[in-house]
Amino acid sequence: MSIPAGWQIDIGLEIHAQLNTRSKIFSGASTLFGQSPNSQACAIDLGMPGVLPSVNAEVFKKAVEFGLSIGAKINQESRFDRKNYFYPDLPKGYQITQMDHPIVLGGELNILTSDGTAKIIRVTRAHLEEDAGKSIHDFKPGLTGIDLNRAGTPLLEIVSEPDIKNAEEAVAYAKAIHQLLTYLEICDGNMAEGSLRFDANISVRRQDAEKLGTRSEIKNLNSFRFLEQAIHFETERQISVLEAGGTLVQDTRLFDPDRHETRSMRSKETATDYRYFPEPDLLPVMLTTEFIEEIQSSLPELPSKRAQRYQTAHELSTSDAALLSQDRRLGDYFDAVLTFSGNAKSAANWVRGDLLSKLKEHELSITACPISPKHLGEMIQLIDQGVISGKIAKEVFGALWSKQTESAGDYVRQNQLEQVSDASAIEPLVDALITENPKQAADLRAGKDKLLGFFVGKVMQATGGKANPQQVNDLIRQKLSEV
Amino acid sequence: MNDLVNEKTLVELSTLAALPFEPEKSKATLDALNEVLALVGQMQSLDISDVAPLAHPLERHQTLRADTVTEIIDASALSQNAPLYEAGLYFVPKVIE
Amino acid sequence: MNLNFATLTDLQKALRNRDVSATELTQHYLTRIDALDPALNSFISIQAEAALGAARRADERLARGDARPLTGIPIAQKDIFCLQGQRTTAGSKMLGNFIAPYTATCSEKLADAGAITLGKTNMDEFAMGSSNENSYFGAVHNPWDPKLIPGGSSGGSAAAVAAGLCAASTGTDTGGSIRQPAAMCGLTGLKPTYGRISRWGMIAFASSLDQAGPMTRTAQDAAILLEHMAGHDPRDSTSLNEPVPNFSEDIGKNIKGLRIGVCREFFTEGLDPAVERSIREALAVYESLGATLVDISLPHTPYSVSAYYVIAPAECSANLARLDGIRYGHRCLDPENLQDLYQRSRGEGFGEEVKKRILVGTFALSAGYFDAFYNRAQKIRRLIKEDFVKAFEQVDVIAGPTAPTPAFPLGEKASNPVEMYLQDIFTISASLAGVPAMSIPVEFANGLPVGLQLIGNYLQEGSLLQAAHQFQQETHWHTLTPPEAL
Repeated sequence: MSIPAGWQIDIGLEIHAQLNTRSKIFSGASTLFGQSPNSQACAIDLGMPGVLPSVNAEVFKKAVEFGLSIGAKINQESRFDRKNYFYPDLPKGYQITQMDHPIVLGGELNILTSDGTAKIIRVTRAHLEEDAGKSIHDFKPGLTGIDLNRAGTPLLEIVSEPDIKNAEEAVAYAKAIHQLLTYLEICDGNMAEGSLRFDANISVRRQDAEKLGTRSEIKNLNSFRFLEQAIHFETERQISVLEAGGTLVQDTRLFDPDRHETRSMRSKETATDYRYFPEPDLLPVMLTTEFIEEIQSSLPELPSKRAQRYQTAHELSTSDAALLSQDRRLGDYFDAVLTFSGNAKSAANWVRGDLLSKLKEHELSITACPISPKHLGEMIQLIDQGVISGKIAKEVFGALWSKQTESAGDYVRQNQLEQVSDASAIEPLVDALITENPKQAADLRAGKDKLLGFFVGKVMQATGGKANPQQVNDLIRQKLSEV
Repeated sequence: MNDLVNEKTLVELSTLAALPFEPEKSKATLDALNEVLALVGQMQSLDISDVAPLAHPLERHQTLRADTVTEIIDASALSQNAPLYEAGLYFVPKVIE
Repeated sequence: MNLNFATLTDLQKALRNRDVSATELTQHYLTRIDALDPALNSFISIQAEAALGAARRADERLARGDARPLTGIPIAQKDIFCLQGQRTTAGSKMLGNFIAPYTATCSEKLADAGAITLGKTNMDEFAMGSSNENSYFGAVHNPWDPKLIPGGSSGGSAAAVAAGLCAASTGTDTGGSIRQPAAMCGLTGLKPTYGRISRWGMIAFASSLDQAGPMTRTAQDAAILLEHMAGHDPRDSTSLNEPVPNFSEDIGKNIKGLRIGVCREFFTEGLDPAVERSIREALAVYESLGATLVDISLPHTPYSVSAYYVIAPAECSANLARLDGIRYGHRCLDPENLQDLYQRSRGEGFGEEVKKRILVGTFALSAGYFDAFYNRAQKIRRLIKEDFVKAFEQVDVIAGPTAPTPAFPLGEKASNPVEMYLQDIFTISASLAGVPAMSIPVEFANGLPVGLQLIGNYLQEGSLLQAAHQFQQETHWHTLTPPEAL
C-alpha cells in the first residue's frame, strides 16, 4: 500500500518484550506460560494488603545486555515509579515502571528498507516494568474473569523515536528488535504467547509540514501482520479525516483485525492522568561498574558483526552470511564446524543445506541437533582430504544423524567407504566399459560430452560410489584419446 | 488562597480515585479538601528551587534478589476472601474495551 | 505481684520462677478484657482460643526449661499486622472480613520469640487519624478518662496496655501514631529508624513513612520488644540491613554528658502551657542526671505538617487503590458495570477521612499540581532531614513535647480537621526524616498523662532507650496506672 501523494507518516513504536526470567520481576512466583488461572499469582502479584515488591536481579542483567547491544547509555542509577490507573487486570491499581530514570537511554538499530537501503532507527529509551494480568471474556455471561498469572512478568519496554516512515519500515524495525532480543536470548520471542507486543504511535502530516501531526496510539498489536495492517488502516483514517477538512484528537485506539479498522478505546483511557511518582516501596537501583563491564565482556558477537566476519574473513556469500548469523546458536554451531573442518564454504553448504533441512523435517532446534559440530567438521575434513566422495558423505551424514555412529572416520573405515583413488583399481573397469559400450564411446569421442556422465556414473555404480569422480573423469578421457 | 478544588475538579479527582461523586455531599467535601489544601499551601512560601526532592528518608540503594522461584502458591488461601471467584478466576462486570 | 500492670521484665521473671503460668497469665488478661474492654473498645478481635493454645505450649516450654525471651508473654497487636488465618481489618469496613493468608514479619518474629497474641487492637481506619475516632469499629476510650480520646492511630494498642489488658502491644507510626497515643495514655512508645522493622505484612498507609514499633510501660520493655521486632527482611526492600544491637542490655549506662537538644520550634504558640511546664520539668530532671541542655533550631519544622499532608495522602492514594472489591475486601451489591463496582465498593468500604486523604493525594499528584505539591513537599522533606543531620552534629538526642495537649474529649476536634492534624505537629518531622523517636510519660498535667518526645540520630534507638530508661529510674510517672473503676 503506498502513501497518498502529498502526505508523510511518522511512526514511533513502543515494544513490550517479556524478559525470559524464571521468576517475576517483583515476586518469586513462576513466569511459566499456559498454567491454570491464578495458579502462578502469589500474594504480591495479587496485590494483597501489606505485601511488598522485591527486585529480580536478572531483569537488570537482561536490560543492560539489550542496551549495550544497541549502543545505548546505561543509567547506572535507575528508579521505579508508580503509574496509577484502575483496571481489573492491574491488581494494585498502579503499575510499577520506570518513568524518569529508565535503565536504558538512547541507542539505535539498523533496518533495511523496502528498496534495500540501510536506515537507522533511533531508540529513545528502554525501561523495566511489570506486565498486567489477562481478562477472560465469554466464560460467564455478563462477566469478565481475571487471571493474574501474567501479572508481574518482567517487561522491557523499548520506545523508538518517530523515525519510522511507513508500515514496511515499522515491520522491519519490529523484526529487527525481535531478532536481537531472541539472539541475546533475553526474550523467547514467542508472538503467539504474547512475548512481544507493539503499541504504534502514528501521525500524518502534509509533505511540506514541519511539525508532527496529532497522533493516535494503537495499543496491543501482537503480530507483525497486525502491526502492518493497523498502520495502513490508521493512516488511511487520519488522512481521510484531514482531507475532509476535519481535525484529529490525540487518542488511544484498538485495532480490530476482523473489521479492518481501529477504534477509540472507551474504558481504559477515560482518565489519562497517570500521576506518576517514585515507588516508595523500592529504592533506587545502583548498578556497579563491574556489573556492567562483566555484561559487556560476555556479550555475544552481534548478528551484524557476525555476518560481516563471515563475508570478509570467510568469503561467504551475503545470503549465507545473513542466514548463518541470524540465530545465535546456529551461528555458534557453524563457528564450531568451521573450527573442526577448516573449510568455511563447505561448512556453510552442509549447515544451511542438509543440516537445516533435516532439522526442519524433524522440527528440531539447532541446540537439539543430534550431530555435534565436531563430527560434522571431521566429515568435511574427510571430503577435503579425498578420503570420501561427496556422495559417500551424504551416507555418512545420514549415519551421523541417526546416531549409527559417533565418528565419521570410524564409520567410513568400518564400512570400507574410502574413496578408491588407486588408478590401477579403476582402469580395468573403464577399459571394460569402453569395450561394452562402443557406440557411446564413439559418440563421446566425437564430442558428445554429455556422455561423460554416463561413463562416470557406471564406474561409480560399479565401485559403490567409492571412486573419485574427478579421477574417473580424467581416466575416461585419457583412455578414449589413447585409442 | 483561592479554593483549589471546585466541583468540576472534584468530579475529575473522584474519577481518578475511583470514588463516587456524591452531589449532595460535594459542598462538605469541597470545604474539607480546600481546608487541607490551604494548610498544605503554607509550604508555597519557601524558596526551594535548588533543593532535590527526597523520596526515601534513607538514601540507600536497592538490593536485588536472585532469579529463583520461591513462592509456593496456595490458591485456596489466596482466593478465600474473593467476593466472586470461580474456576480460578476473579470476576468483574463485563469489561468493554 | 499485681499482674495487671506488671512489666515485661517482671513477667519474664515470674514465668521462669513458675510464680505464674503462661496459661494463668493469659487467662488473667482475657478475663480483664471481657470485663473492661466493652467500655474501652480497644480490641477489634480477641483470639482467646489461639492464645490459650499458645499459652499451653509456652508452659510446656517453660517446664522443659527452654523458654525463649518472650515465652508466655501475652501481647496485643494493632489490627494492621496480618496474622495468617486471622481477620485483619486495618480498622476499615473495606477489610472487615479479610482473613490474612500470611503473617507480618515482625509479628512472626515476636511469635518466634515466644510472645502470645491475645487479639488485634482498634485503630483509626488505615492508620489515618490522631484520635482513634476514625475506626469503622467505633472509637476507643482513654483508660484515664473514658470521655477522652486515647490518641491515634494506634489508640487501641495504647488503651489496652494502659488499662492492663495485656503486657505490651505493637503499633505503627506514620506521623506520630505510636508516640502521640503513648503520650496520651501514659506509655512508653517507640518509632524506630525507618527501615529498622520490616513492613512486610503490615497494611500500608504511607510506605515511605510507616514504621512499626513497641508500646510498653517502660523503656526497658520497649528495648526488649524492639529487639524481637527489628532486623533485616529480604521481603521488604526498604528494611535496613544493619545488625540489631542488644538494646535491653545497653540501657543501663548513665547519661552523664549526654547532650540534649532543646528545639525552639517545639515550643510554639499552640503548646498547652501545662504541657510545657511538664516538659521543662522533665528537662530539669535530665540536667540533674548530668545531661547538658543545648538550645537548637530545626528551622523547617513549621513546614512539616504541610509536607506530611501532601506526601502521606499521595502515597496512600496509590496504596489504597488495590482495595477494589475484586480479589478481596468489600464489594458492593449488584454492580451495574465496572465503574460502578469500583466506585460503590470503595465509596461504601472507606470512611470519610480515608476518602478525603485519597482525594487530597490524588490532587497532589495530578497533572499541573505535581510540582507545586508533591515535588515541593519532597523538597521540604530533604530540608527537614538536613535540619536533623546538622542538629545531630551538635547533640545526641533532641527533646520536646510529643503532642501539644493532653488527651481531649471525644468528638471535640472531629469537626475541625486542621486542629486534629496539628496534633502531630511535633512528631511529623522525625517521620519525614526517618529518624527514631519515642515518647515517655513525664509529670501529669491536670491529672492526665503528658509525653516527652526524644528524637535520636539514624539507628540510635539505643541512645533514646538509654535516655528514657535513666529518666524512668529517677521518676515514677511511668508507674502510674489509671483508676480501676472505668
